[in-house]
Amino acid sequence: MTSANDEVFLKVRDVLTDALGVDDDEVEPTTTLQADLGAESIDFLDIVFRLEKTFSIKIPKGELFPDDILNNPDYVDGDVVTPAGLKELKSSMPHADFTGFEDAPRVSKMPDLFTVNTIVKYVENKLQAA
Amino acid sequence: MRWVWIDTFVEFSSGKRAAAVKNVSLAEEHLHDHFPGYPVMPPALMIEGMAQTAGILVGEARDFQENVILAKIRRATFDDYAHPGDELRYEATVESLTEQAATTAGVVFKNDKEIGRVDLIFSHVDQASQNLDLPEENFVFTENFVNLLSDFRCKANHNADKP
Repeated sequence: MTSANDEVFLKVRDVLTDALGVDDDEVEPTTTLQADLGAESIDFLDIVFRLEKTFSIKIPKGELFPDDILNNPDYVDGDVVTPAGLKELKSSMPHADFTGFEDAPRVSKMPDLFTVNTIVKYVENKLQAA
Repeated sequence: MRWVWIDTFVEFSSGKRAAAVKNVSLAEEHLHDHFPGYPVMPPALMIEGMAQTAGILVGEARDFQENVILAKIRRATFDDYAHPGDELRYEATVESLTEQAATTAGVVFKNDKEIGRVDLIFSHVDQASQNLDLPEENFVFTENFVNLLSDFRCKANHNADKP
């Protein structure tokens, strides 16, 4: 669990306040990027560029924020994410917390997986692997 | 009025850095309304000038094969006004360039004094938005913009040939 004092968290918070024009106190580990902070699609790209610079890491397209998994018709049925789709999502996003989401996986709920904590865990995994 | 907000390039290093100048003139109609009796170059048009400088830099890096769209203004700060008679210089540096997008950092000078910073994100729209019904031709880098770069290169070659 991310504590609010972690060095990685603090740097991620700076990235988000700069990229999204929000205040420090709006950014908590469980804050969602879209619903809580109002991030739009181009902001995700901005966040990726800023994370790469801040942490000196390389983030391949779709690794932090997978954007095309649910375009596969085998993985969705209307708004419902199929078991195969959920499996693929979990495998592609080991940095995300699926608690709650996996009980009733919906395409429309996918943005809730993109929290501050998701980014922190992704960066921590990247730094450990380096 | 043509939507070109730079007069000429004065520096161009492919994929890295470019500088363009814009001479603010009272012949520009909008300055008579902005503001009556006190003409000020609108900062929004200085952002556009930087976007054109940096956008051509980013587009040229991939040989103008893609439409480069200004996607986000990351930062735009100005500390001073520009008036008719002033020379603006937009200096843009590529920070990152991927298949999908590019980021640039920019500094705005007025008569050689720094007056602003404009950092931008450009999206390669053909790569990022394959489902859009886009025209086949490049609708961003029209003749007006491509000519700016050709003119600069002609001048650079001409100067290199001088004894």
